Amino acid sequence: MAEVEFDRVSKVYEDGTRAVNDFRVEIADGEFLVLVGPSGCGKTTALRMVAGLEEITEGVVRIGDRIVNHVPSRDRDIAMVFQSYALYPHLSVRENIAFGLKVKRLPKDEIARRVERAARILDLEPFLDRKPRALSGGQRQRVAMGRAIVREPACFLMDEPLSNLDAKLRVQMRAEIARLQQELGVTTLYVTHDQVEAMTMGDRVAVMRKGELQQVAAPQELYDHPVNLFVAGFIGSPAMNLLEGRLERAGDGLAVRAGGQTLSLPAELTAARPALARYVDRTVIVGIRPEDLEDAAVAGDAPEGRRLGGVAQLREALGSELMVYLTVDAPAAVTAETDELAEDRGVQQLGADEPGTTVVGRFSPRSRVREGDRVEVVVDTSALHFFDPDTGLGIYDATNGGGPT
Amino acid sequence: MATVSADAPAASPAPRARTETRAAWLVRQFARLPLQLLMIVVALLWLVPTFGLLLTSLMPSDRISEMGWWKLFAEPSMATLENYRAMFDDSDLVDALLTTAIIAVGNTALLVLVASLAGYAFAWLSFPGRDALFVVVIGLLVVPLQIALIPIFSLYNSTGLFDTELGLILFHVAFGLPFGIFLLRNFFAGIPKDILESARIDGASEARIFFRLILPLGLPAIASLAIFQFLWTWNDLLVALTFGRDVQPLTVAIFSQLRQFGSNIELIAPASFLSLAVPLAVFLAFQRYFVQGLLAGSVK
Repeated sequence: MAEVEFDRVSKVYEDGTRAVNDFRVEIADGEFLVLVGPSGCGKTTALRMVAGLEEITEGVVRIGDRIVNHVPSRDRDIAMVFQSYALYPHLSVRENIAFGLKVKRLPKDEIARRVERAARILDLEPFLDRKPRALSGGQRQRVAMGRAIVREPACFLMDEPLSNLDAKLRVQMRAEIARLQQELGVTTLYVTHDQVEAMTMGDRVAVMRKGELQQVAAPQELYDHPVNLFVAGFIGSPAMNLLEGRLERAGDGLAVRAGGQTLSLPAELTAARPALARYVDRTVIVGIRPEDLEDAAVAGDAPEGRRLGGVAQLREALGSELMVYLTVDAPAAVTAETDELAEDRGVQQLGADEPGTTVVGRFSPRSRVREGDRVEVVVDTSALHFFDPDTGLGIYDATNGGGPT
Repeated sequence: MATVSADAPAASPAPRARTETRAAWLVRQFARLPLQLLMIVVALLWLVPTFGLLLTSLMPSDRISEMGWWKLFAEPSMATLENYRAMFDDSDLVDALLTTAIIAVGNTALLVLVASLAGYAFAWLSFPGRDALFVVVIGLLVVPLQIALIPIFSLYNSTGLFDTELGLILFHVAFGLPFGIFLLRNFFAGIPKDILESARIDGASEARIFFRLILPLGLPAIASLAIFQFLWTWNDLLVALTFGRDVQPLTVAIFSQLRQFGSNIELIAPASFLSLAVPLAVFLAFQRYFVQGLLAGSVK
């Protein structure tokens, strides 16, 4: 067991592409760190540099207190679970799991003991003599896990291990891997593009974009205090609604005017984000989480400064909640970050050529909103987020230095 | 009542669907009939001479020259293994058979070893000039072995390899390598990279990866290469005639039984049939390794 450290690590390919740039993270001993980001953000490259499958162009990777830049994979004392599982097809499950132990020339009875134990933990006992092709996807995934845990390595590396499973199995294995990691207490670096996996599994989550680290924080911290527009838009499903507005003085406090809508900011919000004062009479990007919107008919009366008006375009009833997509008379925030996020989600930015912006609200299922209705929406203004439209950074304290750490 | 009425409509479509597919199956079979007939005709054309050779080899030696092999059908009691016994009593032919076996097995084994090592290196190891070197190897595919006969002959003369089994083995390996490396490199390159990386992380050395993963996973390609090479060299006459004088494989020995006027057909027939049967047996023994989908279940 050991800590893993990226110290200003970069990966530059021969054609000059910087896949990872100046990457700095320390993973504590026994910690579960999730690396998350859209495809092509460099997260897998970062993982493969720890595994020794990718050369490190600049910087240093440490496992324990050893610099491993030039240590071959087999001497790094790590175990990796591949997205494809990478099982040895001609070997039985037992031989697959024992492969790494045989290489280390462990005594036979020790190998048998460890394989049996791993099989028991992973419920693989009935399948030990089968070949991988006779297993289901979930079982293959568990064999890959088994192969990693019998090695009792200093560090687990997992490269999107659940992405080949169906939705139900994925949820189940998600919990299982998290539990296993906690039991074994092995430092784990886990790569995924699924922000739900990132939020539910990690002790901390590192968000990457275009090879650059955006923010490392505990999942809730990441959700509540995103350091910039990209993190704000990437974490959370449905994504945070982003509108463009103008910050104005309104009496003692501040208000933000977005198109025909005005939201007044509560005093505790402006106190918590003193840097807002510097944006008075300037354009800002306002972020509203879907759960901070509620149908006024359900939420009851709210003062004028806490309401938005819109037209319901689409409702998705999920039983426990109701997702309502509304067009609001306010300009959408369009920046490089929002474009990239929209592309990652595989959607065009809705309403880019229409007046108004589509926002998503997570309403109570008691709401009676129908498509085409005019809806009054109550906004929890104490939970608003603000970003600088030029830098994309969150507007927090006076230094505006990227928010809380 | 309710159950019956619910079941009836559900049950009826199934048999109808089955009769439809049976009709479709018949149509498909009829559509394929001309092709199948053609294939049967071609197969017969190839099989008849072989079959004739077998029957000839079973005929009494004194009657071979006066009647065709099809006469054996009229008089099955005439069949005898006498020719085979005579052949195995002929020490020259037995030696030739042994020589052929040594050359064919030896050069096939050596070729498979060298080509698979080279194939692995070209597919999975990175070293300077790798791709350029591979292009050179591919280029050698077009060099016919005939143009090398004279230079190699003089080389063998000066090195003492002339008229040795080793000399023949080395020549066959040298000219089998370009194809062997080409075939195995391409097959090995298709083995998922994750498997090899996984083995490296599991602590395996390159040698272990080669012997424990590449060789077993590459078995279909290795078996194909082995069969091809075995057949080519088993049947070789030209190379053996050029580089051997006393070292005579079966093909040369049979060739030397040919006379300008009348040949020793009672020796040639069984020897030829034997020379044909061995590669056939080898093919049948190895063909089960041509299994497709050996990699199934490894990666999704």
